[in-house]
Amino acid sequence: MKDGNSFELQEVAKSFGEHDVLKGVDLSFKKGEFVAVVGKSGCGKSTLLRLVAGLDKPTGGKVFVNGKPLNGLNKSSRMMFQDGRLFPWKKILQNVGVGLNGNWKHEAMELLEQVGLADRAHEWPSVLSGGQKQRVALARALVNQPDILLLDEPLGALDALTRVEMQRLIEELWRKRDFTALLVTHDVEEAVTLADRVLLIEEGKVVMNKEINLPRPRQKDHLQFVSITSQILNRVMQVDVVMENMAING
Amino acid sequence: MKMQEKLNKKLNNSYFISWLVPLILLVTWQMLSLWGVLSERILPAPTEVLQAGAALLETGDLAEYIGISAKRAFIGFLIGGIIGFVLGLLNGISNIAETLFDTSLQMLRNIPHLALIPLVILWFGIEEEAKIFLVALGVLFPIYLNTFHGVKSVDKDLIEAARVYGLHGFSLFWNVILPAALPSILVGIRFSLGIMWVTLIVAETISANSGIGYMAMNAREFMRMDVVVLSILLYALLGKISDVFAKIVEKRCLKWHPSYQ
Ligand SMILES: Nc1ncnc2c1ncn2[C@@H]1O[C@H](COP(=O)(O)OP(=O)(O)OP(=O)(O)O)[C@@H](O)[C@H]1O
Ligand SMILES: [Mg+2]
Repeated sequence: MKDGNSFELQEVAKSFGEHDVLKGVDLSFKKGEFVAVVGKSGCGKSTLLRLVAGLDKPTGGKVFVNGKPLNGLNKSSRMMFQDGRLFPWKKILQNVGVGLNGNWKHEAMELLEQVGLADRAHEWPSVLSGGQKQRVALARALVNQPDILLLDEPLGALDALTRVEMQRLIEELWRKRDFTALLVTHDVEEAVTLADRVLLIEEGKVVMNKEINLPRPRQKDHLQFVSITSQILNRVMQVDVVMENMAING
Repeated sequence: MKMQEKLNKKLNNSYFISWLVPLILLVTWQMLSLWGVLSERILPAPTEVLQAGAALLETGDLAEYIGISAKRAFIGFLIGGIIGFVLGLLNGISNIAETLFDTSLQMLRNIPHLALIPLVILWFGIEEEAKIFLVALGVLFPIYLNTFHGVKSVDKDLIEAARVYGLHGFSLFWNVILPAALPSILVGIRFSLGIMWVTLIVAETISANSGIGYMAMNAREFMRMDVVVLSILLYALLGKISDVFAKIVEKRCLKWHPSYQ
């Protein structure tokens, strides 16, 4: 199962009117790979994810899923959003099972168990804490076993402790369930903790594509971990300096 | 000690407290009538009103009139409500429908529906249709506006999330758009219930040969002050009942809403 590409982007470009957000992105993602995307706010990370999800159409190039060009919604993907986007009028179990048919209750319950919220299944989302809501969102994203999980800063709004807990949970479920994960984050440390590969988007292009070959689960105080993290962080911050120099040099 | 605690509990009960003021008013009214401060020709005592009610109940007139008025209110509300709801949904969901209908509806909305009474009498005479038409017209706009607004302001992010999770067409409407718009729709319903009674009172007072409004006008001719007051109280009671009913529906439908938990 792990061989072959899960999805690919060929010369993908996206503009909104005059504004070119992505300018020709070539990427391929192996099945079961965990890839993180970092970059400055507004660089087009969410846009990239929306293109893979099929929520938006590229203005140039093509997205391929399992070798086939993507047309419309990407049915083999599920997206998890920063704000959870649970439906407040559905009980937690019904939120997890949204859009499913057949014997969905059993599966939804199983996933709630895996994220540790089985006992809250029959409550309303409004009573949950931020971290618990994100767990429900994670369960919902995984319930019908998508091939691709798209995560748009899913932990951005959580406190540090809850983040670490959620990172572990995501990693555990990823190892168990074998999906391809594409995680957008503004936290470089989080990217290095979870990803096989970290991408950096700048000026509409992928300017860094770095493999992370550290054993899992990764220790944040591990020497190599620290050095890779600061390396990427420097690269992210460097842009301004380089750009300034380019401007000065003409 | 025990008694004291029980009494405290009862007083803490907000349901009890909310009826306290009407009760005091009623008792004061009765007292003033008994002492002769309130002349019988201005306002008969509550007990007299009650007696008039009992007498009318015995002849069967009261039940008949209440039934007829309630039926008019209900049918008119149903017709106007359904039209308003459907138009609100349609214009909220479809941009084409909105550009086509919304401006016209907003224009019609500005005509006070009671201003149409002369026209309605010319059209329908004092038949049932006249009352039902007026009630339907009055109820239509608040429900239209609130349904339209509710559907329009459904969180776009939630709709997008729903699409990612495979909902579209009717399932999108049923699982996301309708529940999201429901709080606003229910506000429209509660508001229009008020309009429903007001419209009916006016319509029945002006032209009817049955119903509570007719009973009041008839009693006025015979100087039966007690029956006139009884009719007014009946309207108040019916209005209260429909409001309580709407509140119950609201509570049941919006259990998920943090402000109802
Ligand atoms: N629907 C749209 N219409 C017009 N411009 C858009 C639209 N969506 C995104 N953009 C623009 O595209 C750019 C990239 O947006 P995007 O949301 O992908 O950024 P991001 O990298 O996810 O940023 P953040 O880290 O703040 O979430 C921004 O400049 C944004 O204004
Ligand atoms: Mg974003």
